[in-house]
Amino acid sequence: MSAVRAVWNVLVPPLIVGVLFVGTWEIIVRVFDIKPFLLPAPSSIWTTLGDNWSKVWDAMLITGANALVGLLFGVVCGVALSFVLMRFNVVNELVTPLAVALNAIPIIVLVPVFNNMFASTTEVPRRLMVTLIVSFIVLLNVAKGLRQVSATHMELLHSYAASPSEILRKARIPNAMSYLFTALKIAAPVAVITAFVSEYFGGSQNGLGYGITSNAAISRTAASWGYVVGACLLGLAFYLAAVLLERLASPSQRSTHHQPTNQQSTNQQARGLDPGGATA
Amino acid sequence: MITRGARRAALFVVALVCVASLWEFYKIVGPEEGAEIFGWRLVPRSSDRAMPHTWEMVQRLFDPEVRGRNTPIWRAVLGYSWYTFRMALAGLLLGGAFGVALAIVMARFKVLERGLLPYVIASQTVPLIALAPQVAAIGGNWDLPKWMWVSSLGAFLAFFPIAVATLKGLGSAQPASVELMDSYAAGWWRTLVKLRLPAAVPTMVPGMKLAATASVIGVIVSEISTGVRGVGFASLTYGQKATSDPAQLYTAVFGAAALGLLMFGLIVAIEAIAMRNRPREATA
Amino acid sequence: MSSPEPHTASAAVVVDGVSMAFNSGRPNQVDALVGIDLSIHSGDFVSLIGPSGCGKSTLLRLIADLIEPTSGTVLVNGKSAKQSRLDQDYGMAFQQSGLFEWRTVRKNIELPLELKGWGKAKRQSRAEEMLDLVQLSDFGSHMPWQLSGGMQQRVAIARALASHPPLLLMDEPFGALDEMTREHMQAELLRICGAAQTTVVFVTHSIPEAVYLSSRVVVLSPRPGRITDIIDVDLGAERDEDTREADLFYKKITEVREALRGAEGQTSGPTGVRGVEDR
Repeated sequence: MSAVRAVWNVLVPPLIVGVLFVGTWEIIVRVFDIKPFLLPAPSSIWTTLGDNWSKVWDAMLITGANALVGLLFGVVCGVALSFVLMRFNVVNELVTPLAVALNAIPIIVLVPVFNNMFASTTEVPRRLMVTLIVSFIVLLNVAKGLRQVSATHMELLHSYAASPSEILRKARIPNAMSYLFTALKIAAPVAVITAFVSEYFGGSQNGLGYGITSNAAISRTAASWGYVVGACLLGLAFYLAAVLLERLASPSQRSTHHQPTNQQSTNQQARGLDPGGATA
Repeated sequence: MITRGARRAALFVVALVCVASLWEFYKIVGPEEGAEIFGWRLVPRSSDRAMPHTWEMVQRLFDPEVRGRNTPIWRAVLGYSWYTFRMALAGLLLGGAFGVALAIVMARFKVLERGLLPYVIASQTVPLIALAPQVAAIGGNWDLPKWMWVSSLGAFLAFFPIAVATLKGLGSAQPASVELMDSYAAGWWRTLVKLRLPAAVPTMVPGMKLAATASVIGVIVSEISTGVRGVGFASLTYGQKATSDPAQLYTAVFGAAALGLLMFGLIVAIEAIAMRNRPREATA
Repeated sequence: MSSPEPHTASAAVVVDGVSMAFNSGRPNQVDALVGIDLSIHSGDFVSLIGPSGCGKSTLLRLIADLIEPTSGTVLVNGKSAKQSRLDQDYGMAFQQSGLFEWRTVRKNIELPLELKGWGKAKRQSRAEEMLDLVQLSDFGSHMPWQLSGGMQQRVAIARALASHPPLLLMDEPFGALDEMTREHMQAELLRICGAAQTTVVFVTHSIPEAVYLSSRVVVLSPRPGRITDIIDVDLGAERDEDTREADLFYKKITEVREALRGAEGQTSGPTGVRGVEDR
């Protein structure tokens, strides 16, 4: 099959579905004369977005900054913690059941707590929440990568009388790297989601989440959807950045070999998300 | 096995005690009004208003929710949590059913898979939860009870992880087994029931775990937009009163924790049942 | 070379002028098989042997109606291959045992019977009978992953024979087993199939295996696969461990080996005799 034909096969069906979907939406709204405050037509969302673009963009920057800061700190904390857990078994035993429990709990409800402890007028509570959630995702995955080196590799290194630190450098860390990228691809969109869901729980009145709820509350639905579009774009951008980072860091590496260990999030990536496609 | 479970439970309790101790320790050591680093309020306030004592939190559970009434707050919070749990469970079941159905349809008609799958996958990178207020707005207009809308959003969020995982699982049957069913002249649907679905179960289980947490969060967030009185709503309203009644907020947090653990327990039980008689995955 | 094949109505399998080309008409067309004429009689044990890529597995799948030939016809039990498959006239076994990991051994054996619509009592009694036959009566309630490779293959064979089909198609079923287990399984297979007079078509790339098991060995050339030789192996109906050390056994092995080497010379393909074991 030629390359052109292959690309055609991949692009055309989703394009057709997309066009059909938007078209049907538009038609239904017009034919049934659905009130704009209920469900706006795609065309009106588009025009409102055009009018509002600078506001949406500003909100994207704010939420995006929160997500980015939280993501960076979360990755650093997660990685650091995973090393500590690997080194000190006592800490591992204590932290792991806690992590499992926290995995189950919707800790987003802690945002008001943070608002209380820190200043609710700054972005700190939101960034802290993102950091927390991202740390757990990264921690669970990287710890697994550091621990689960293939038995064959371990035997080989032992036969070379490698010291623990050499084993760390030569086997564990490279193994953990691919897990790190898996975690990153999950954590990036989760950071965005957490950032703006945090905004629903009060705090300063800016950002995408605030834009969505405030506009929805006063029935300016088309404007509200505009912020939704902004949120989708932001989430997609973060995910693509993570994929790009993975490709740049190690062109030959595929993080597709294993089951990701996931923290809670609103939208998770199943294994099929990696463009490389292959699975464990 | 029993001793391992007991040990884990004991360690969990120890871990909780450690966390509580750290909390109290910080209260003693930390600055009352917090502190700023590089202009950011990074060091939290340790006043009793901002960080109640752990025993105050526990004690608050037994005080009434609203002054003058008799019911202690733990009852109210339990009621909220149970309500949220039921909505999340309904959402999980509904979303799961649709997710499995869609996966089967996509497995049957490859054309549909090519058209829809990119969207299903992309939906997991974009924040669908942004639609919660919209759904609430639409729902507010129709006469259906509000909790159904909240459940629907949970279902919407649970739908995608399960659809993706199921589709992957349906394709994971061994080629030799598929040929075998072919050699028995078993049709597509019989092959689905006897081979592909059972083969898909190990892949579906992680998807179900994700869907469960997604549904819970979807429901909690939707409560805020719709005003349905579950544990999400409670944390928001208590949070708004945090300056006058700081410990109250933490009761809602405990409620949310209980809800999460209950859902987690349910999923673990389902996993154990679904995966009995299957070979254990080898772990290092 | 072979003697001319009489087409008789009692022939279990008749392959007539069959060719198989994949991606036919496109630039990447692959001619897997060309001009295959083969007649297998009821009760025969026929091995298909040849180097990797010679199309022996393809030929087996054509007989099984898992794929359709580009030209020519395949008759099984006097019917078209398709009708045979729909009537479930044969049992099949692969290199991977293909057992369902979520079913017990017993339920795995019952699978074809379920698909045939048998009642529960009838299924269970037949499954017990098959377990007895392959000497795994104690393992009926076990899960497949609890069994060794050889035992799993025995279950696969029991499953393939569960409905007592007249024809058994096997694609390198012992390929993944170690040598000792393999020899043992070969003896078991002869015992089981001999008792029921089952016709067997057996794909292998091991010369000793083909000679030990078969009444006839069909030699295929490298791609595009043609039948270059059919060697009669008259080691008798009763074969056991002593057979492996008989002079005739070695003589037949040499005959097959030379036929394979000769086949290599006849092909237009680039490769030599690869993928054939001398063990």
